[in-house]
Amino acid sequence: MLSSPATDTQITHGRRLWLYVLVGLILVFLVVPSLIIIPLSFSSSRLLAFPPPGWSLRWYEAFFGSLEWRSATVTSFSAAFLTMILATAIGTLAAYSLRVSQSRLFQAAFIVFLLPMMIPAILIAIGVFLLYAQLGLNNTLLGIVLAHTVMAIPFVVITVAAGLRSYDMNQEMVARSLGASRPWAFLTITLPQIKISVISAALLAFITSLDEVVIALFIAGGDNMTLTKRMFNALRDEIDPTIAAISTLLLLLSAILLATSQFLQKGSGRR
Amino acid sequence: MAAVADYISKAGENAVELKAQARAESLKLASLTLPGLLIIAVIVLVPIAWLFWLSFRSGDAFTFEHYERLLHPSYLSSLQTTFELSFLVTGLCIVLGYPVAYLMTQVRERMAALLMMFVLFPVWTSLLVRCYAWLVLLQRRGIVNNWLLDVGLIDAPLRLMHNFTGTTIGMVHIMLPFMVLPLYASMRAISRDYMKAAANLGASPVQAFWQIFVPLSLPGLAAGIIIVFVLCLGFYVTPALLGGGRVMMWSMQIERNVTYYSDWGAASALGVVLLVMTLAVLWLVGRVIGFDKMLGAK
Repeated sequence: MLSSPATDTQITHGRRLWLYVLVGLILVFLVVPSLIIIPLSFSSSRLLAFPPPGWSLRWYEAFFGSLEWRSATVTSFSAAFLTMILATAIGTLAAYSLRVSQSRLFQAAFIVFLLPMMIPAILIAIGVFLLYAQLGLNNTLLGIVLAHTVMAIPFVVITVAAGLRSYDMNQEMVARSLGASRPWAFLTITLPQIKISVISAALLAFITSLDEVVIALFIAGGDNMTLTKRMFNALRDEIDPTIAAISTLLLLLSAILLATSQFLQKGSGRR
Repeated sequence: MAAVADYISKAGENAVELKAQARAESLKLASLTLPGLLIIAVIVLVPIAWLFWLSFRSGDAFTFEHYERLLHPSYLSSLQTTFELSFLVTGLCIVLGYPVAYLMTQVRERMAALLMMFVLFPVWTSLLVRCYAWLVLLQRRGIVNNWLLDVGLIDAPLRLMHNFTGTTIGMVHIMLPFMVLPLYASMRAISRDYMKAAANLGASPVQAFWQIFVPLSLPGLAAGIIIVFVLCLGFYVTPALLGGGRVMMWSMQIERNVTYYSDWGAASALGVVLLVMTLAVLWLVGRVIGFDKMLGAK
C-alpha cells in the first residue's frame, strides 16, 4: 500500500506519509478542541480538569435551572427563527430578481447585498446601536431581528444565487407561455427545484443569527438578552462550567444543522 | 400594397408596445430587490454615513481633531497590533490550509467529503463555543499546560492565553476554514492532465508541484488571503476573550470608546479608518483577481 503510487506524478504513499500526518494533525486542531468541552460539561468539578474527577449533570441543572439563561435562550432562538424567515424571504426574492434581470446596473446591486459581509461587524454594530438609540429599538426583539436579518442576507443571496445558476429559467417561460402568471410560475415551477438551496440558505440564516455576538453585545439587553451576549460576558469574567453545558448543547445543534445541510446537498447531487 | 403598409405599421405599434411591456416587466422584477436594498440601506448604510459625519464634528463645528487624535501612541500601537496579528494569522492559515486543501484534491471523492466535514464543522460551530474551548485548553492549569508538564517538555506552566500567543491560536482556528474552502474550490478545478503532462516532460513530482500546481492554485489562494485578512482586520470577539485585555485590536478601541467613554467622535473616526483599510484591501485584490473569481471561489 505504502509503496503504491498515490498520484499521477508517481509519488508513492510512503513518500508523502508526512503529508497525511500533517493534515491529520491540522484536522485534529480544527475539530478536537471544541469536542473536549463535551466530557468537561459532565464533570462534577468546577475546575475543568481533564479527565474529569467525577461525573454529574450539575452544570446542565445550573443552566436549565437559571431563569436568566433560560430567558436568554428563548430570546436567541426566537430571534434566530424570525431572522431565518425574514432573511430567507428577502434574500430569495433578491437572488431571483438578480438572476432574471439582464441589466448591468443589477450586477452592481449584487455587491450591495454582500456589503454586510464585507463591512467589519464592529462598525455595523456601533452604527446600529446609534440608529436604534434614536428609534428606541435597543433591547428589543424587533431590533435584534432586523440587524441579524441584514447580517444573514448575504449568505442567503449567495446560496440561492448559486442554486439558480444551475436552474434553467426557460422552464418558467414555458409555464408562463401556458398561462401561468410570473409569481405562480415561480412558486410552482422554480421554487420546488431550488428548494435545496433555499433550505440551506435558511439554515445558514438561522445559525448566523444564533451565533451573532458583536451586534448583540451592543443592542441586546434587558428582557431581550441573547445567549451569545450572556455567554460573552460570562467568559470575560470567569470560566464557568455552566458554559460547557451550553456549549455542548450548541455543538449538538451545529452538528445536526451541518449534517442536514450536507445531506440535502448530497441528495440534490451537488456539492 | 395598402394591406402590407398597414401590416408594417401594426408591427411597429406592436414592437413599441412590446418594448414598453418589457420595460414595465423589468421594473417589476427590479422591485423585488427593494426590500433587501431598503433594509441594508437603513440598518447598514445610513448609520455608517452618520458615523462618517460624526467623525468630522465637534459640537457644531467641522473638525479633524478626532482623526488627529488617532496619531496618539496608544492608537498607533493598536494599529500595529492589528496588522501584525492579521499578517501572522493569514500567514499561518496559508501554511496550514494549503496542505489540507491539496490533500483533499488528491484523495478519493468519499474521503474528500469526509475531510470536508472536518473543515466545515468548525464553521458551523458557535464562535463563542470555540473561544471557550481554547480558554479551557490554554489556561494556566489547563489541559495543554498539564499535558506539557506531564510529558516533561516544560517545568513551569506557560502563559498561553490572555496574550498574543493565545489570540493567535484562537484566531487561526477560526480563520483556517475560510482559507481552505476557496483554496479547495480552485484546486479542484485544476486538470490532472497538467500534472501528467509535466511528469511526461520529465519534471520531478516536486518540480511539477511547484511549477504547475501552485501557480494554478493562486486565484484560490488570493481569495483565501483576502477573506482571512479582511476578517482579521475587524475581528473583535476572539481577541477580546483570548487576549484578556492585553491585545488591543483596532476593533476593541472602537468598542471602548462607545461603551466606556461614549465618545462617538473618536469611535466613528476609528470606524471610518477601519472601513477604509478594509475597502482598500478588497479593492486592491478585486483589481488583481476580480470580484467574480473571489465570489465564485467561495
